[in-house]
Amino acid sequence: MRLLEHQSKTLLAGFGLIFTESIPVSSPDDVNSTVSHVGLPAVLKAQTPFGGRGNAGAVKFAESMDQAVIAAETLFGMDLRGTTVEVISVEPKLNYEREFYVGITWDTVAKLPVALLSLAGGVDVESAQSDQVARQSFDPWTGLAPYEAREMAAEVGLTGKTLMGVGEVLTKLSGAFLACDAITMEINPLIVTKDETLIGLDARVEIEDEAVYRQRKRLDPLGELTMTAAGRPPTPLELEAQRIDAIDHRGVAGRVVEFDGDLALLIGGGGASLTVFDAIKAHGGSPANYCEVGGNPTEEKVAAITALLLSKPGVKGMAVIMNVVNNTRADVIARGVLMGVEAAGRKPAEAISLFRVPGNWEAEAREIMEAAGVEVYGREVSLDAAARLAVERNRAHAA
Amino acid sequence: MLLDPKAGVLVQGITGREASRMVEDSLAYGSNIVAGVTPGKGGQAVHGVSVYDTVAAAVEKHRPTISIISVPPPAVLDAALESLSAGMQLCLIMTERVPQLDTSKLLIAARRAGCTVIGPNSLGLIRPGITKLGTIGGRVDNVHRSFMPGRVAVLSRSGGMTSEIASYLTSRGIGQSIAIGVGGDAIVGSNFTDLIERLESDPATDAVVIYGEPGGAAEEQLAARMKQKPSRLRIVAFLSGSFVDDLEGVRFGHAGVIVERGRGSVRGKVKTLRDAGIFVAETFEDILHGLEPDA
Repeated sequence: MRLLEHQSKTLLAGFGLIFTESIPVSSPDDVNSTVSHVGLPAVLKAQTPFGGRGNAGAVKFAESMDQAVIAAETLFGMDLRGTTVEVISVEPKLNYEREFYVGITWDTVAKLPVALLSLAGGVDVESAQSDQVARQSFDPWTGLAPYEAREMAAEVGLTGKTLMGVGEVLTKLSGAFLACDAITMEINPLIVTKDETLIGLDARVEIEDEAVYRQRKRLDPLGELTMTAAGRPPTPLELEAQRIDAIDHRGVAGRVVEFDGDLALLIGGGGASLTVFDAIKAHGGSPANYCEVGGNPTEEKVAAITALLLSKPGVKGMAVIMNVVNNTRADVIARGVLMGVEAAGRKPAEAISLFRVPGNWEAEAREIMEAAGVEVYGREVSLDAAARLAVERNRAHAA
Repeated sequence: MLLDPKAGVLVQGITGREASRMVEDSLAYGSNIVAGVTPGKGGQAVHGVSVYDTVAAAVEKHRPTISIISVPPPAVLDAALESLSAGMQLCLIMTERVPQLDTSKLLIAARRAGCTVIGPNSLGLIRPGITKLGTIGGRVDNVHRSFMPGRVAVLSRSGGMTSEIASYLTSRGIGQSIAIGVGGDAIVGSNFTDLIERLESDPATDAVVIYGEPGGAAEEQLAARMKQKPSRLRIVAFLSGSFVDDLEGVRFGHAGVIVERGRGSVRGKVKTLRDAGIFVAETFEDILHGLEPDA
């Protein structure tokens, strides 16, 4: 779960970190009073859960009230990767001598959280040479020790008050990272003012979805949160699929990503879905969706998702392809698919290009599908071969 | 070898729906499940296996050295620590959706205790014809159809693909020495590199098929290890999900970019593995070509 900038700052301020006062504004009518309160010159930023705001022109500077109003007009309603900007923030523009990058994330090779500090703040941080970046992984039981944070500051050449201050920011940020079940926390840039105060101008926080259940007390006061980690907001079809998946907790049938093609896919489990999707494309097919099914979902869920995917305009047919199932019951999938086909007002033999779900209860599944006139394949037909057959059938359907 | 068929196996969370079915299937395959634990349900039995309130009580009576953890996500860290304090040597964590922080913490404790962890989010592991741990393979008839004894190890980041690859090999007459679902999470107890280092000293294994996916750096880590120190094992990799490389906006912030340094994409992983001399299958069926002696 990604927090917006002003939410990130509010959350981190609770851990003793200092940021510019960033006031969210959700109506153009409030821009004038907010800018007056904050003072000029001011910075106006679109609040979006995606990176790359600066390059997209979604951060504006204003020297005068007129400039601020024009900037706000441009920002409100701006389209950023398919999301319309609804909230902007206003904050004072500060003068500063130096800027840093500080961040905490997971190092999946070391299997530990890792703290990062770079002298190159702003957008230059990714291209910084590795000797300009200090990194220190730390024990999640004890956190980043203050001396380790100071060592990092010393490693990039900091001294005096700045060394002490940056060390303290790193310690606090790593403490917040662990306390909040974060997967990313960063302050960029962290600036040093003339009087040696360290202030964060921008912050990014992403909380692990799997741990949100135990972070409610911290997250709920932050207001509405964005659940999606995808690069665009969910489509109506994807939202409906999420709703279907939430009907009950048994199994997954609704992790859908919509595409432009004409072949609907009901595929599973996780790895086989990726394999089949790649193979459909490699054989010249055009998937209408990606949809993972697994963990033995109920017939009702399978039926609802089948009907949804088949009802998408432009979809000719659907392929049902899964790996050898261990846990999911093939006969439950078969019955669910047939119920869904009926609900969509289609005939199984023409709507389902093929059914390949070997494993648990496969004999029963075969009987059910063959009785409905659907082509059934077993494990002797590989995922790759099944994908090729599905593409050929769907193409023939078009003719 | 990683999984000793004579070692006693304990199941934590044994009274759960999935765990109970797993116990039934595993006993039918010959797994040596000796006890179960569900706090508050001591005294019950699941398919003839006695249930205890604590791991300590189960260990005192039955002396298991392997634990399977199948408890809800919030209870995994505590269950693992309980297991470690009772001296388990191998711990399979089947639970999905375990917070990463808990995984990282329990792995530190496991390292100190000298315990090997498989998972979280793993369907388990099997030595075909000998024994298995976890739901891998499903019902016993399905296990026999998917797996057969042989000399190829299968390591997979996807549980389903573990069986799919083994099943395909079996259908072409190629048996397996061991098949392991390493777990689908970004951080797992034993990744490809950890496991291949153990398989190198296993005289029953000649080759390894690995299945990789987008994200993380497990494949790149293996490639780096092979470049540094070639393996006696023939390694064949198959990766899927290259379409994910083209989806926009997966990145957020800079921290991931700095730490991963270009790792994570499927195309990048394929290239890195090939540069390290590892055969990467173009298609699923191409895995067989990689296992041929002159590949």
